[in-house]
Amino acid sequence: MFKIFVKYSKGYRLYAILASLTIMLEVLLEVYIPYIMKDVVNIGISTGDMGIVIQKGVLMVLVALLSLFFGITSARFAVLASTGFAKNVRKALFDKVQSFSFKNVDNFSTASLITRLTTDVTNMQQSFQMCIRMLIRSPVMLVASTVMANKVSGEMGQIFAIAIPVLAISMGAISVSVYPRFRVMLKRFDNMNAQIQENLTAIRVVKAFVRHEYEIEQFNEAAEDVTKAQVKAEKLLVLNNPVSQLVMYSCMIATCWIGGNAIIGGSMLAGDLMSFISYISQILSSVMMLTMIFVNLILSRASAKRVGEVLSEVIDISDADADPSLLVGDGSIEFEDVSFSYSGQGDNLTLKNVNLRIAPGETIGIIGGTGSAKTTLVQLIPRLYDVYDGTVKVGGRDVRSYTLQNLRSAVSVVLQKNVLFSGSIAENLRWGDMEATEAEIKEAAQAAQAHEFIESFPDGYQTELGQGGVNVSGGQKQRLCIARALLKKPKIIILDDSTSAVDTATDAKIRSAFREKLADTTTIIIAQRIASVMDADRIIVMNDGEIDGIGTHEELMQTNKIYKEVYSSQQKGVA
Amino acid sequence: MAGPGSDNNKFKRPQDTKGTIRRIVRYMGGYKLQLALVVVGIIISCLANVAGTYMLRPIINDFIVPLIGQEMPDLSRFIGILMVLGMIYLAGIGGMYLFNRLMINVSTGTLLRIRKELFDHMQRLPIGYFDSRTHGEIMSCYTNDIDAMRELLSQGFPQLVNSTLRVTAIFVMMMVLSPLLTVITVAVLILMMFVVKLLTTKSGKYFKMRQSALGKANGYIEEMIEGQKVVKVFCHEDTVKKDFDALNEDVRVSTATANSWAMVMMPIMGNLSHLHYAITATVGAVMAIGGVLPAAEALGIITAFLQYCRQFSMPITQLSQQFNSAMSALAGAERMFKLLDAEPEADEGRVTLVHAGYDGEKLVETSERTGIWAWKCPNADGSCTLVQVRGDVRLNNVTFSYDGEKTVLHDVSLYARPGEKIAFVGSTGAGKTTITNLINRFYDVNEGEITYDGIPVTDIKKDDLRRSLAMVLQDTHLFTGTVKENIRYGKLDATDEEIIAAAKLANAHFFISHLPQGYDTVLTADGANLSQGQRQLLAIARAAVADPPVLILDEATSSIDTRTEALIEKGMDSLMAGRTVFVIAHRLSTVRNSNAIMVLENGRIIERGDHDELIAEKGKYYQLYMGMFELS
Repeated sequence: MFKIFVKYSKGYRLYAILASLTIMLEVLLEVYIPYIMKDVVNIGISTGDMGIVIQKGVLMVLVALLSLFFGITSARFAVLASTGFAKNVRKALFDKVQSFSFKNVDNFSTASLITRLTTDVTNMQQSFQMCIRMLIRSPVMLVASTVMANKVSGEMGQIFAIAIPVLAISMGAISVSVYPRFRVMLKRFDNMNAQIQENLTAIRVVKAFVRHEYEIEQFNEAAEDVTKAQVKAEKLLVLNNPVSQLVMYSCMIATCWIGGNAIIGGSMLAGDLMSFISYISQILSSVMMLTMIFVNLILSRASAKRVGEVLSEVIDISDADADPSLLVGDGSIEFEDVSFSYSGQGDNLTLKNVNLRIAPGETIGIIGGTGSAKTTLVQLIPRLYDVYDGTVKVGGRDVRSYTLQNLRSAVSVVLQKNVLFSGSIAENLRWGDMEATEAEIKEAAQAAQAHEFIESFPDGYQTELGQGGVNVSGGQKQRLCIARALLKKPKIIILDDSTSAVDTATDAKIRSAFREKLADTTTIIIAQRIASVMDADRIIVMNDGEIDGIGTHEELMQTNKIYKEVYSSQQKGVA
Repeated sequence: MAGPGSDNNKFKRPQDTKGTIRRIVRYMGGYKLQLALVVVGIIISCLANVAGTYMLRPIINDFIVPLIGQEMPDLSRFIGILMVLGMIYLAGIGGMYLFNRLMINVSTGTLLRIRKELFDHMQRLPIGYFDSRTHGEIMSCYTNDIDAMRELLSQGFPQLVNSTLRVTAIFVMMMVLSPLLTVITVAVLILMMFVVKLLTTKSGKYFKMRQSALGKANGYIEEMIEGQKVVKVFCHEDTVKKDFDALNEDVRVSTATANSWAMVMMPIMGNLSHLHYAITATVGAVMAIGGVLPAAEALGIITAFLQYCRQFSMPITQLSQQFNSAMSALAGAERMFKLLDAEPEADEGRVTLVHAGYDGEKLVETSERTGIWAWKCPNADGSCTLVQVRGDVRLNNVTFSYDGEKTVLHDVSLYARPGEKIAFVGSTGAGKTTITNLINRFYDVNEGEITYDGIPVTDIKKDDLRRSLAMVLQDTHLFTGTVKENIRYGKLDATDEEIIAAAKLANAHFFISHLPQGYDTVLTADGANLSQGQRQLLAIARAAVADPPVLILDEATSSIDTRTEALIEKGMDSLMAGRTVFVIAHRLSTVRNSNAIMVLENGRIIERGDHDELIAEKGKYYQLYMGMFELS
């Protein structure tokens, strides 16, 4: 955790150092005050010297004011350092996610990534802020007060030699045994929240099957588990206060006894006892503070760990072997003995030994059942995932020899689960090409059969889309996504079931527009409907991670059993 | 667990502080005795603390100073007073442990009760409640608001009591020790209050700015992470990073300003207390020398007074901090109470669903499952009439609007005879799903009537109505648990054989047996380890195991490829046999063999009939159908 603190405070380290320095000064001055006070009593009151009293009094006030000044500056510096730190962590996380491959993204759920970037960072900022202020303040206070107390009276100072270790050890023991209990509690807490979340998303199912009583029972169990764990953890934690008070009060009594005897015996002055008593509370409260910080740090370690997991995620796709000057020459695609596995292990292959050649400008349809690895196959082309074995070539070269930037600007994919962003329609389409002119945008929208409905909106291309493109229908969204992909002017365009929500007539129009305008572009269409692919140059039939057949519609109707079945499943009752 | 919007709630003020507090107190009602003991504990610990410090005066003045210089001092009285001091301290520690420990019971118990009530009530809310709010909004009741409440109960409440008591007690003791020195205290106190007020106003203002900056940045994070794969496909990483950097810097600057105002509170209060200490010591000394304080008493008074000075600022700082978090906790409590006050689903139905069997010609209620269901309709004279459930569903002139403004269904009438398959076809937003939402009373009609076996659905108890209908939805929600448990959701007492039979019917048995642990494979995060199509198969199996008289399939096979759909067709046919089925499908091949197809447009049925009739009609359905084969 401290490593993270040091690493990500870059650029704001000066503030962190200044904060630490000013805190030290504040503490030293604070500790000095009771020492001066001692002279006020010892010299001032006992001799009746008003001059000394006034002189020392003014000094004390000045010291207090100076300490106030340093206190304020240290707080300001600590805030500057911690907010800067939070900014760095947030940036590091965000940038890291941008460098993620698809596989890396799959490793985390979206919700958990968002929490890591928001709540967890805020938690870490708070513990950082606390660390620079308290973690410096308390030890300095501890050392300085002990030194001063010993200076006042070495004899009484010995009390601390016993009290501090006793306090530290008992507090430490409590914290250490509390930690696992808190972990149990947090885990059960997560469990309970997951249950609530599930009930929220599936409320229709719960209601439709009339399962609320069952769910309530399950929830009550989870909630009671949380409560039990919480009581168990807090029961231990509340021992902190009585233990520390016990030690502190014992010190008070011991001080009174030893100090009282010393005063009676004449070896100590009353002022010494008074300032010593002041130091007791300072010393012991700083020990308590220290243990409290440790408990808090331990608890916030969860956040640091979650953030650390993202930061230390190994990026599995990089430009390491790429030649930055290499551009994709043409839209040809080759698969040579390609195998692929999402888990990265050979015994669980999603694609098995695929060999395939696609010529530039060809239109390829892909048909296959649920889970037959259609999507997996095409995702290897823009290198969204890396092969397990074999080679994927685009433009005659291994995809790994291009930089991702160069490869992906030549290969456009319209994903199955697609997303539009908040902003106007034009802004969204410009994702394909930042410099696109209005005419180009219009042209792409026309090809994707989106122009008409866009124009039907009052604000046309300037219509604002809500987050996630909520205010257009499913079919409209898919058409916008196609237009956006077309604007890239790619050499290869892949439509992964991208027209499933588009009505059949419009779907047909999109395909005919593709044929006219994108004759040189290699087009790959994954579809459920035979009608969407039957006019392709060739159709690939996928089954269970393997190519079951390739050919034209007519050929496959003759030779391929699966294709025929799919066809007849969609034709039944027509003839 | 807290969502990105969570921080936004932190600085809201409650609208009805008193009412909310009263309600929270009511929740703690079961702990009256424990709460009384808590207050007693706080008082003991507080008094002991103050008294212990006050003891310094007699110890120094009466027991140490008089003995100075004596050859053989008699220490027994001195020991005695130290023993007394020890007892006081022990009582204080005991009191403190007592209230801390009891407060755990009170706070966790109260929270448990609130949590249970929240969940219980949530389950009874109408679907409209969930549709009109984001999940995050409801979720934050359980996370942020409960958390704020926990802090209020376990720390805030005892601290508020404790701090107030201590400040008062210390103040009283100061007055006893020296009214003159207390004047200084009053001055410092006023200064402290002024500082607290200034700082909270300032920080409150800047926290609002911080919230808006943080909201923007978090919104951006959310959007870009949701769309992360698209960002990558378009190589937009650098642009996105640049945009984020600007938002991130805004967050830093505004947080720094807001936090600075809040953070300086501690050092200012702490150092004001040192200032207080310094001035008191000096003035005290001056007073001692000037003879204002009696010489014999001076040392003891000053020692005790100085100790009080040190103890004075802590509770005040705590009070000011607790006040803020107490306010936000109350605001959170108000949100929770709002959920608890939300109107639950109305259910005035009295007709219940029972198992039935024939005793000769007569339909009688049975205790076991017989495969025959009956509606048990209570009559005015207390007797009941049994009506066999056959699945006769009629909509008579139904008009409906979700928001009271935009009418979604206009005057829709339809008739499903028992065992018929009725299909709805139409574009998104035409009102297909709405019709099914009305049949199972997720929503209620505005005008018109829906009857089920001749009984108006509003007369049937909702739970029983829904038990008689099984739904398979497009968004199949699976629960964390094993495959088996998920299928069993349809019928909690289903045997393993029944589950496997249902899975086979839905053609899910094959892929389930290929999962690592078969039927015992644990599904996580809404079944993310299954494909959408596989999840739909499971949902169908779940409906099959429920074995209801009426089946609603809302795009239930949309993610299953047509070939697999053809494979499960036999199973689906036997699932649908003898049941009334409502089918919503995008794919016309799915609905072709229905008894009646309703073509919906803008909330109206524009065409109805079976496939052949509609094709012959050459209307909208014909166009849709031909559109599919235009190219062939």
